[in-house]
Amino acid sequence: MTDVALPPHRSRTRDVLGVLSKNRLAIVGLVVLLLLGVVALFGEWLAPHSPTRTNIPNRLEPPSLTHPFGTDELGRDILSRVLVAARVSLQVGFIAVGLSLAVGVTIGLVAGYYGRFVDTALMRFMDMVFAFPAILLAIAILAVLGPGIRNAMIAIGIVYTPIFARVTRGSVLSVREEDYVRASRSVGASGPRIIVRHVLPNVMGPIIVQTSLSLAFAILSEAALSFLGLGVQPPDPAWGRMLAEARGFVRVAWWMGVFPGLAIVVTVMAFNLLGDGLRDALDPRQKSVIESRGHLL
Amino acid sequence: MSTGDVVLSVRDLRVTFGTARGPARVVEGVSYDLHAGETLAIVGESGSGKSVSTLALTRLIPEPPGRVEGEVVLAGQDLLTLPPGALRKVRGRRIGMIFQDPMTSLNPVLTVGRQVTEGLEHHLGLSEKDARRRARELLDLVGIPDPERRLGEYPHQLSGGMRQRVMIAIGLACEPEVLVADEATTALDVTIQAQIVELVQRLQAELGMAVIWITHDLGVVAGIADRVLVMYGGRVLEEAAADDLYADTRHPYTAGLLASLPVVGEAGRRLVSITGLPPDPVDLPPGCVFHPRCPHRDDPRCATELPPLREVAPGHRVACFYELPAEARR
Repeated sequence: MTDVALPPHRSRTRDVLGVLSKNRLAIVGLVVLLLLGVVALFGEWLAPHSPTRTNIPNRLEPPSLTHPFGTDELGRDILSRVLVAARVSLQVGFIAVGLSLAVGVTIGLVAGYYGRFVDTALMRFMDMVFAFPAILLAIAILAVLGPGIRNAMIAIGIVYTPIFARVTRGSVLSVREEDYVRASRSVGASGPRIIVRHVLPNVMGPIIVQTSLSLAFAILSEAALSFLGLGVQPPDPAWGRMLAEARGFVRVAWWMGVFPGLAIVVTVMAFNLLGDGLRDALDPRQKSVIESRGHLL
Repeated sequence: MSTGDVVLSVRDLRVTFGTARGPARVVEGVSYDLHAGETLAIVGESGSGKSVSTLALTRLIPEPPGRVEGEVVLAGQDLLTLPPGALRKVRGRRIGMIFQDPMTSLNPVLTVGRQVTEGLEHHLGLSEKDARRRARELLDLVGIPDPERRLGEYPHQLSGGMRQRVMIAIGLACEPEVLVADEATTALDVTIQAQIVELVQRLQAELGMAVIWITHDLGVVAGIADRVLVMYGGRVLEEAAADDLYADTRHPYTAGLLASLPVVGEAGRRLVSITGLPPDPVDLPPGCVFHPRCPHRDDPRCATELPPLREVAPGHRVACFYELPAEARR
């Protein structure tokens, strides 16, 4: 048979990166996230002052050359606190989302592939979790588990699990009807093998997008929980906590609230920009479920 | 043609799907024996139950809503009573399948190599390295040039004919006793069709498999089949050796099918069609399934009684009350 000249080898990953690299906003998001990653890893070394040492005579200093972001009511350097807090925010975001990713995707795969009563049981349970307002559910879980970073991660992880289950299940429903799934059954592949080897790689696109967007929401949730005193405990800095502390000083020291607030805005926006870019690159028709969920705060 | 022992024996196979309007009887009492080295063609129009009847052999029908009854005996074992684990050992290992559309039957995100080796690792317990070596041999066997490179490529990098060859390689991987080719050439253009048909015939001769070839193309059937089953409305209407089917047609439906074929050299002849539509599987007509469209429904039993498959000549069975006159038998 004639061997027609093939187009040069291009993997799908490279195609996706190609489309992504043309999206300027997504690249901005990516660069900001890389910088944030550096800050999260090396925050202590980058910080000009100790984030926890108090200096009462210097309290509530406006931004200056020594304290570019000013100082708080105990005289602590706000720039240092913002930098050091980046780690905990990203950490909570990644671990919480990792948890909901693992649990939600597994539930979605099983529910979507096996269908029938397995599907009904799992998805109705997910709907129950989904029905609670996110922050209320997280507070309720923390009321049971007790406050702290670790429990905040678990709470946020549980709250975002149903989104992953739904996104995954929806994609699985269409993929499981594909001819190649039947073909693979016809060579004797078992259910779990088909799920892992044939279905999962074909539903990764929407899941990747959802991960990026959920990271933004998880970081917002952490800030909200820390603001309420349920997340990171003093004296460790966290953006949400810093906002809470700044509340009483809005009129005399605007810098106490503005800079941690900006840090949250920039981080969340970077994840959203990257997520939107990934969505366009992976599937222009895909619309995220998260848009229907509304905002947390 | 050399045919040996019976490898697969199908008895009274029935497939029913539950629908909102009631049960759809898609396959109704299909029986046949398949001999080693033989090519059996199952022909019929869309919806005649020919694909479903072969998917049902290894229970590849989703159950529910589907329901498979009857007996499918492969080497003394009734496949329909096997537990799921044992059935998976039959799929691909002893009954291989090639599907209609090579564009959609390969997983787009896995390399060709991983898909060819899937059955090998699963059934033969080969190591990844051995499976890959065997996959290379298989691609070579089905006539794919530069197999080493192709193994690392994705389906979208291959042409339709190449992909169908990959499908055949997957179907053949474990050297099954029975290979089911479900419209394996329908999606391909005519020159590639001929190559694929030739390829399967050659491999059949080399490996001694029995082949079930499902098609609606009577031209392909004439070229490759030893025996033919004509299906309509989920039932077998006629079964005959391929030569007899063309030379000594007994069933009015088969006669209609053959009459509707264009003949090379008879330009200007109007093609004959069978009037009416295939039956609705939820609401099959009483009596013979074909009688509402049959030009010879003169027997009063046609509308009330199911004509049994009766032997009219050695190896030639027909489900019809009517004796087609010799001149109408072509």
